[in-house]
Amino acid sequence: MNAPAKPMIFPLPSSLEVIPGTEKAQSAFPYYTQFTPADDQRFWFYNSMHFPEPMCTFDMVTAEAAYCALGSSSARVHVIPTTLGIDHRIINGRVYIGGNAVTDPAEIARRAAEFQKRAFYYYENWETLYAHWREKMMKLIEDSRALPKIDLPEFEPLEHVHAGRGVASNHFLLDTYQKTLEGYFRMWHHHFEFLLLGYGAYMTFFAFCKKAFPEISDQTVARMVAGMEAEIFRPDDELRRLARIAVELGVDANFKEGMPADDVISALKNAGDAGQVWLSELEKSRDPWFNINVGDGFYHYHRSWNDDLTMAFSGLPGYIAQVKAGKSLERPVDALQEERRQLIADYRELLGSDEERVAYDQMIALAHRVFPYVEGHKFYCEHWYTNLFFNKIREFGAVLAKHKFFATTEDVFHLTHFELEAAIIDLMNSWSTGGEPHGPNHWPAIIAERKAAIAIWAEHVTPPALGPVPDVIDDPAIVMLWGITRESLEAWMNAAHGPDSKEIKGFAASRGVVEGTARVVKSVQEIGRLRQGDILVCQVTNPTWAPIFQKIGAAVSDIGGSMSHAAIVAREYGLPAVVGTGNATVRIRDGQRIRVDGGRGTVTILE
Amino acid sequence: MQSSGYIYWFAQVGIADRPLVGGKGGSLGELQRAGISVPPGFVVGTAAFERGVQALDAEFGIRSKIEGLDPDDLEGVSTSTQAVRRVIEEAPLPQELTDEIGAAYAQLCSGHDQSPVAVRSSATTEDAIDASFAGLQDTYLWVQGASETANMIRRCWASMYSVESVTYRRRRELPEAGVAMAVVVQAMVDARTAGVLFTRSPTTGDRSVITVEGAWGLGSAVVGGEVTPDRWVIGKITGEISARNISDKAVRHVPRIGGGIEEIAVDGSLRTQPCMSDDELEMLRIIARKVEKHYGHAQDIEWAVDRNSGAVLLLQSRPETVWSVQDVQPVARPETDPLAHVMGIFGGRR
Repeated sequence: MNAPAKPMIFPLPSSLEVIPGTEKAQSAFPYYTQFTPADDQRFWFYNSMHFPEPMCTFDMVTAEAAYCALGSSSARVHVIPTTLGIDHRIINGRVYIGGNAVTDPAEIARRAAEFQKRAFYYYENWETLYAHWREKMMKLIEDSRALPKIDLPEFEPLEHVHAGRGVASNHFLLDTYQKTLEGYFRMWHHHFEFLLLGYGAYMTFFAFCKKAFPEISDQTVARMVAGMEAEIFRPDDELRRLARIAVELGVDANFKEGMPADDVISALKNAGDAGQVWLSELEKSRDPWFNINVGDGFYHYHRSWNDDLTMAFSGLPGYIAQVKAGKSLERPVDALQEERRQLIADYRELLGSDEERVAYDQMIALAHRVFPYVEGHKFYCEHWYTNLFFNKIREFGAVLAKHKFFATTEDVFHLTHFELEAAIIDLMNSWSTGGEPHGPNHWPAIIAERKAAIAIWAEHVTPPALGPVPDVIDDPAIVMLWGITRESLEAWMNAAHGPDSKEIKGFAASRGVVEGTARVVKSVQEIGRLRQGDILVCQVTNPTWAPIFQKIGAAVSDIGGSMSHAAIVAREYGLPAVVGTGNATVRIRDGQRIRVDGGRGTVTILE
Repeated sequence: MQSSGYIYWFAQVGIADRPLVGGKGGSLGELQRAGISVPPGFVVGTAAFERGVQALDAEFGIRSKIEGLDPDDLEGVSTSTQAVRRVIEEAPLPQELTDEIGAAYAQLCSGHDQSPVAVRSSATTEDAIDASFAGLQDTYLWVQGASETANMIRRCWASMYSVESVTYRRRRELPEAGVAMAVVVQAMVDARTAGVLFTRSPTTGDRSVITVEGAWGLGSAVVGGEVTPDRWVIGKITGEISARNISDKAVRHVPRIGGGIEEIAVDGSLRTQPCMSDDELEMLRIIARKVEKHYGHAQDIEWAVDRNSGAVLLLQSRPETVWSVQDVQPVARPETDPLAHVMGIFGGRR
């Protein structure tokens, strides 16, 4: 990247006001996440990819644990030459992040020597270390599932007394809470153990392709690397399996479009043996494959299919109809493999020399080795474990709500993880002493304030970036994970003052041109509004939304890149998709007619 | 093959036969051999030129007259070449040539005596500049009847004696005895749409895309720059259409009653409609890939869609020359330790 012609500067952090009336809610975020005057010297950008909505105070634990682990990996463990870690700040519930780039050539060289001892060891022993990673991760999941249920009985159970346990139930509140939190922080370290190296190997191949074939689309490179049997496809595969079984068992008439999952389940319970067989198959699919969030898992309200069967069940009638129409629902894995092999061979042939072909072979071989991790970790980390974590916190929410600390279980997510520990100790104490806890007088007003603040924050648009843009954005983590480059920032800056255009640009994720009615869907609860042929417009298209892909005409999202699974799944369904538009959910009104051109990456508002 | 060696059908020749049938003729034969659809036709080989000009040379001393010209004497060159061209264009062909061309025309047109053909010069030289002087642009469209065809063949021959071409040869002191030209006679495609394509990106040199330009009617409007064509960029391997620029195509070239072509206005809404469907572009992509694979080199192709049959046909294919000369530095070199590649991302060197 070349040095810029003119300095580029976004609003300074100090110029960004806490929205009046939300000051107290803002101050709930820990002191180390608040902007300071010194932060004006640095460049920050709004991490709308991972945190598209204002954060509830508890949910900031995700940012904290993730950046803590990401930084450890890049700064200290693998010692990436050009970057330390990523700092984060929170204002108006929005998470801004900024990298700590290493620019001194001598320091880069010193770190490069370390990096090669560490990262190259990982690459060389990738399969062994990844197998070990799975064991660690499964152990972590088992440990989390084995944590005791949160319970405060009036009297300590007699068996504990007779067993001479010597530690009372209230202690296990704190113990379990700390283990829950510890597990979450640990999970994020596992998450980043391979991730930057994996993305780096992928990006190496990606950069080569862009140089050799300047006009190649991102999605084509992604298709050359993507695996066919990643865990992330399993939940949808399970749905197809259940659809087939429903037809085989002759219970398919119980699945009706728009019928609540609970009603379907009750009907099956009364459908004799066949109904019971289907329900037991459902249970097999649910553990673990329905531990998948309807978002990225970064917010407590991104519930899993297991927590809310709406998403899963909304896909079943469509799949059942396909089975009955004689369509095979098997993903043609062999054909997809063959297609990928051919694609790689065809591009290889186009290269200019045998020298380039050997380099290409070397790079794609490494990308293929690392990619199973890049694709696979998400299910275990962002979905399965995160799900267990937030549900464990809900148990604390339930016990605190029962003791009148606040009205409902979900209110617990308006406390920070420090405050939650304090509330737990408050409850522990009062259980011991028989006195009244302070919580019931302390928390309800604060929670009401914070809820109000979230609603206010959500209505305010926040700048995409803050502070002076560095001459070169060369931080590999930021380029790889967020796709932030000088060019993309220029586009953001222009968009801020740009004309009110009818055309919205994003990444071309899956080709095809479709016109239809836009359904702006803000949450999973709204998916019931989608009708056959509608165009889904949402903030994030998650692969777990795949069940509705069979119904819609096209998909448009605010966030996402061409190597996102949403893009891969859309291509598999032959569904035109444009992702990463930035603000389609704001610019497109529900019900408008729009045209999606998935090959060009454009969405046009037609009225 | 006619024993005289004057006429070659496309199926009989390949690119190696350039000295006999010229570049264009050889290329059309090569394409047909590779299984690509090209409008049928034959080449009036260099032997025919030799036979025709020899006769005139004996009578008028054409070659010695040309060899005696001073390339810096523009007026002299101009006057002499004009005279030579008139001789070639007006003198009747030797009877044997008239007969053979007539017979070939009849065979090509299955006996329809007014079937339209295209008559195009086919230079033997590999020197691109020389070739362009020597009437690379000499293409006579919608020529009807054997006698008119013979006239156009003589016009192609005469283009070897254009001012530019002669000046060029005189400056390099090339012997006139080596000068030769072949002429392609090809069934005329009544094109609904026609245009050109490159099997590389003309802007970035990317080998993984095909750039197609096309407009309504005969391809001469696109080649001659009379119309702003529609333009598409297609993934050579994926078929993905990554750019579509549909332009306002104000005019098109169509056959003129009585022979030749004319430019007419395009009707209203048709002007801004795409002149190719996605399915047709896909056919074109498959053909272009096949041609490029056959030659092992990026190609610059002229194509047309037959108005009646809807078939996508190639009219010509020649090597792309602009980017090919720039491919010197490899994009990346193999590393002894393949892991070293990742330092491009992690090591701060881009």
